[in-house]
Amino acid sequence: MGNGFFTDTTLCIGCKACEVACKQWNQLPADGYEFSGDSYDNTMALGGTTWRHVAFIEQNAPPEAPPTESRWLMMSDVCKHCTHAGCMEACPTGAIIRNEFDDVFIQPDVCNGCGYCVVSCPFGVVDLIHPADYSVGRGFVSDGRSSDDALQKDGGIAGKCTLCYDRQKVGFTPACAKACPTESIQFGNVDELKARAEKRVEKLQSAGVSAYLYGVDSDWSTGDLNAFFLLTDAPEKYNLPERPVLPSTHQAAGYMSGALAAAALALAGFAILRSNFA
Amino acid sequence: MPGLGTSFGRGGATTFVQDLANSDCILIEGSNFAECHPVAFRFVMKAKERGATIIHVDPRYTRTSAVADLYVPLRSGTDIVFLGALINWVLSNQRYFKEYVEAFTNASYIVREDFKDTEDLEGLFSGFNDIKDTEEIERERGKLSGHEELQTAPGTYDTTSWNFEMVEVPRFDGNGTVKVPKRDETLKDPRCVINVLHRHFARYTPQMVEDVCGMPGHYVEKIGTILAENSNRERTTAFAYAVGWTQHTMGVQYIRTASILQMLLGNMGRPGGGIMALRGHANIQGATDIPTLYDSLPGYLPMPSALRHGATLKDYLSVAKPTGWWANTNKYIISLLKAYYGDAATPENDFAYHYLPQIAGDYSTLPTQISMKDGNVKGYFCIGQNPASSGQNAELARAGFERLEWMVVIDSYETETAAFWRREGADPATIGTELFFLPAANILEKDGTMVNTNRLLQWHDRAISPPGDSRSDLYYIHQLGLRLKKLYAGSTDPKDRPILDLTWDYESDDPHERAVDEPSAISVLQEINGYVVTPGTPRSECPQVAGFADLKADGTTACGAWIYSGVAPSKTQNNARNRKGDDWTSLGWGFSWPANRRMLYNRASADPDGKPWSERKRYIVWDENAKKWVGPDVPDFPVTKSPHEPAKPGAGGLDAHSGSDPFIMQGDGRAALFVGNALKDGPFPTHYEPVESVVRNAVYPQQNSPTLREWTRSDNQYNGTQSPDYPYVLTTYRLTEHSGIMTRYVPWLAELQPALFAEIDPELAVEKGIKNGEWVTVSTKVGEIEARALVTGRMRPLRLGKGKRVHQIGIPYNTGWLGHSQGDTAGQLIPLAMDPNVSIHEAKTLTCRIRPGRRSAYVSGGEVDVAVPSDERTSFGESVAHGIDSKG
Repeated sequence: MGNGFFTDTTLCIGCKACEVACKQWNQLPADGYEFSGDSYDNTMALGGTTWRHVAFIEQNAPPEAPPTESRWLMMSDVCKHCTHAGCMEACPTGAIIRNEFDDVFIQPDVCNGCGYCVVSCPFGVVDLIHPADYSVGRGFVSDGRSSDDALQKDGGIAGKCTLCYDRQKVGFTPACAKACPTESIQFGNVDELKARAEKRVEKLQSAGVSAYLYGVDSDWSTGDLNAFFLLTDAPEKYNLPERPVLPSTHQAAGYMSGALAAAALALAGFAILRSNFA
Repeated sequence: MPGLGTSFGRGGATTFVQDLANSDCILIEGSNFAECHPVAFRFVMKAKERGATIIHVDPRYTRTSAVADLYVPLRSGTDIVFLGALINWVLSNQRYFKEYVEAFTNASYIVREDFKDTEDLEGLFSGFNDIKDTEEIERERGKLSGHEELQTAPGTYDTTSWNFEMVEVPRFDGNGTVKVPKRDETLKDPRCVINVLHRHFARYTPQMVEDVCGMPGHYVEKIGTILAENSNRERTTAFAYAVGWTQHTMGVQYIRTASILQMLLGNMGRPGGGIMALRGHANIQGATDIPTLYDSLPGYLPMPSALRHGATLKDYLSVAKPTGWWANTNKYIISLLKAYYGDAATPENDFAYHYLPQIAGDYSTLPTQISMKDGNVKGYFCIGQNPASSGQNAELARAGFERLEWMVVIDSYETETAAFWRREGADPATIGTELFFLPAANILEKDGTMVNTNRLLQWHDRAISPPGDSRSDLYYIHQLGLRLKKLYAGSTDPKDRPILDLTWDYESDDPHERAVDEPSAISVLQEINGYVVTPGTPRSECPQVAGFADLKADGTTACGAWIYSGVAPSKTQNNARNRKGDDWTSLGWGFSWPANRRMLYNRASADPDGKPWSERKRYIVWDENAKKWVGPDVPDFPVTKSPHEPAKPGAGGLDAHSGSDPFIMQGDGRAALFVGNALKDGPFPTHYEPVESVVRNAVYPQQNSPTLREWTRSDNQYNGTQSPDYPYVLTTYRLTEHSGIMTRYVPWLAELQPALFAEIDPELAVEKGIKNGEWVTVSTKVGEIEARALVTGRMRPLRLGKGKRVHQIGIPYNTGWLGHSQGDTAGQLIPLAMDPNVSIHEAKTLTCRIRPGRRSAYVSGGEVDVAVPSDERTSFGESVAHGIDSKG
């Protein structure tokens, strides 16, 4: 296994240092100054220019109930770098690759902005970056080619977490994990992270916390996630799919139904022809 | 911070944040630790992972509450009742750390017979003088210098009776006798401090907590039990607080209540224990050590005062404590005068003591703000501060700027203060103030130190040159000094001598810096450290002193701030640059005052005999073979003084203490449960309601602090007590995402919290027809602001006992009209009122009203003193009188 993230939501204090460190290192623009009214979350979702996003889930006890029953869950979400990545499968240009660290990486100079990956991600992670925004993030364009060359098209290109490919190349920890003050985001070899995470779950469970790992030892079509999470409530509460499904898993059924339809049409045509001949 | 200072000896956090990882329990109250100090909070999370219990008590459920093991809400402004109830519970159930309390505190001292407690006098201590009659107000006014508006302190205390009964004992040298406090080691005497303390807090019961704080009473026993189980030989509890405790008219007494509790639990000076005073800004500790305060000189030496001291150095020194560490005051003040005035400070002229200004009134921020508004301040330097946004009664501050002749703002960004003349409602054509805005370098663009909450000096080098015309603050101050000296050159007027004789030798040796007139920050640090004066030799060639133990009272040493002495012990050594850390005390990282000591009062980590209280909590111990104190930190005690050394009555300095008196700054070497007359509002903490409150004081007939200071005038009106127009509690705070103007210009931070909001509980929102995300208008008698509604169950309506339902509204304190994240400022809602000890404002608990929709437009104030920007605001009549309430 390669490198990835273990995000332990029980250690998250919602400081959003990961969001800021990510945007600063990758030179991504702010997405606007809109007040959401949704707890302390104003960036709302992962997107083409938001590669770390801290979700705030309020579970407040009513005033009559003991205050100890209130919870405020916080989770720093990120690209999962799936073992079987929907975005990669869908990419027609080969822009999305699995790099030497076993992470899913979009080569910005190859991407043509078709957007197939956007709808193929079962987590809704990938999004298109508008060229005007992308010009801020030219930092990771390779081979000295100007990002403008790669971006003479209206749709821009696809953007998502690179797992700080450029930082990993020189032995640095990704910006978000480096900035996290409470070690809620841990970076490293995924096997080692999993071993650590399992111990953590055991410890929390023995203390009565309903903790479990999300994206580990799964039989999902995505396979295990290189960025996995320790959660204390159902995945849907964190806006994560209970069972992520790759679009390609529908392909067999799709082809089958297509073939059936073709066969049916052929039969019908044959029947018509026959009746005409008759 | 006299709450800690009077209790233990020094006004700084008693421990360091890394050590919180060793706590078995951490009580966080008056602080939103996780949000406001996220980096330091990692050590709380480490403690939690080790199994420590984290308790958070706060009016709001915050990001700190979210990771606490136990969160309990309380009504803003009632912490003394809750903490007092814990003290009562600990004493009533004999759950205090008996050996610690008996050996290390003044529990056994006998209080004077004529001392009367709040139990005897319906909420007042003995000695109260109500100075409300005009004649006395006039007399009081006479004491103040000239122009300033009298703060109508409702009354003051004659503190004579707040003291101990004294007995005569033979002097250590047999020469007659000396008076020392009388003790009863059996703690049986009803006038023993511990018994007086217990009586004082007897009425702070779980029921009282329920009635006043709105917290279910059983939490007293629950939290008391957790604290007691984690406070003994084997285990320790730490307390952490921030401005949620300090910014009250009773602020100092909040800290005192926590201090008393920590003394009783025996947690002071021990690993995993102590009181962590969290500092709100990066260099706030440094700004009190080398103070930007009007009444303090570097190193917590008092500024000479025409009211307290006399005209001579001898008078000044006669006020200093003869026993304990402050017996060294003469060395520190004389070395400071030598640093200031060099050769002009001689033994013959009292080391130019008369050059120092003598204060004759309160020149702190709030009175100055009032003076400015009244047209009595001519010019104003505003450096690294933004009162137009973060000030209390911010509109009064802005209106004050309009009356200045000139104003200098030095900052990295255009602040609301610099832009006051074009704020909403202002008419620039009518403003005569000449404004100079000077661009400042930020921290990465200049050399210098920051002093953090650990009392830790950390040096930073300039990484890049500042852009454009931006310069370091040091450059501006240095130039100001040079130009003033030039202006006064050749003057023979004696009053100009302090400027002409001021040492001002900070030129850099670096040709690049010299080329741009940038002074040398390291040269300033070296002067702060201190040096041996060699007549006729420039400072750059004088040897540095190794630490404050080398300072002398004869003018042969100079030192800019004795507490920092040791930071630069030679011309080539800068300990603030040290970067050798470890997992704990990290003595090789930076330099922490005093003497690179990380944990204060650490002698108390050993029992009276010098043995560790337990192996688990071993820290500083007496090594019988080596005959010295040893451990992972610098001992906060004379290193070779045996734990069995007897006290020498009548001796000066630390000889007056025994080897088992750990609090070396105190006159008697002990932590003070009873602080005598060191504070102006009482030797014990007492609950009074805030200036603005939704209820009457249920603890005593006395409503507000009888000694608080306030200004009742048309531009500073109070909502008073139980005003039907202002029925909700209002509290203010900051967010992780913003500090103020620095962060509002950063797009990445502004998008995270893009607007001012008001946190409102769902019940109140329904009652007022307020919808989440929409505009609301919040108002008090001094102002009106609009914000977006954030309706959340994290705000819980509280029920006081079986009676009143209390709604609390929270508004962050970091917005203004500049930057990307914009909004009105919470400071516009807060009238000026302050505590009598440190002039701290009351910004954490107020009353307000709220309605859906946006506010009306601000209009120019026009006539001075009736600057009431909104029509709506003037319709609520006279403010309620505070201070002494008519009884009954």
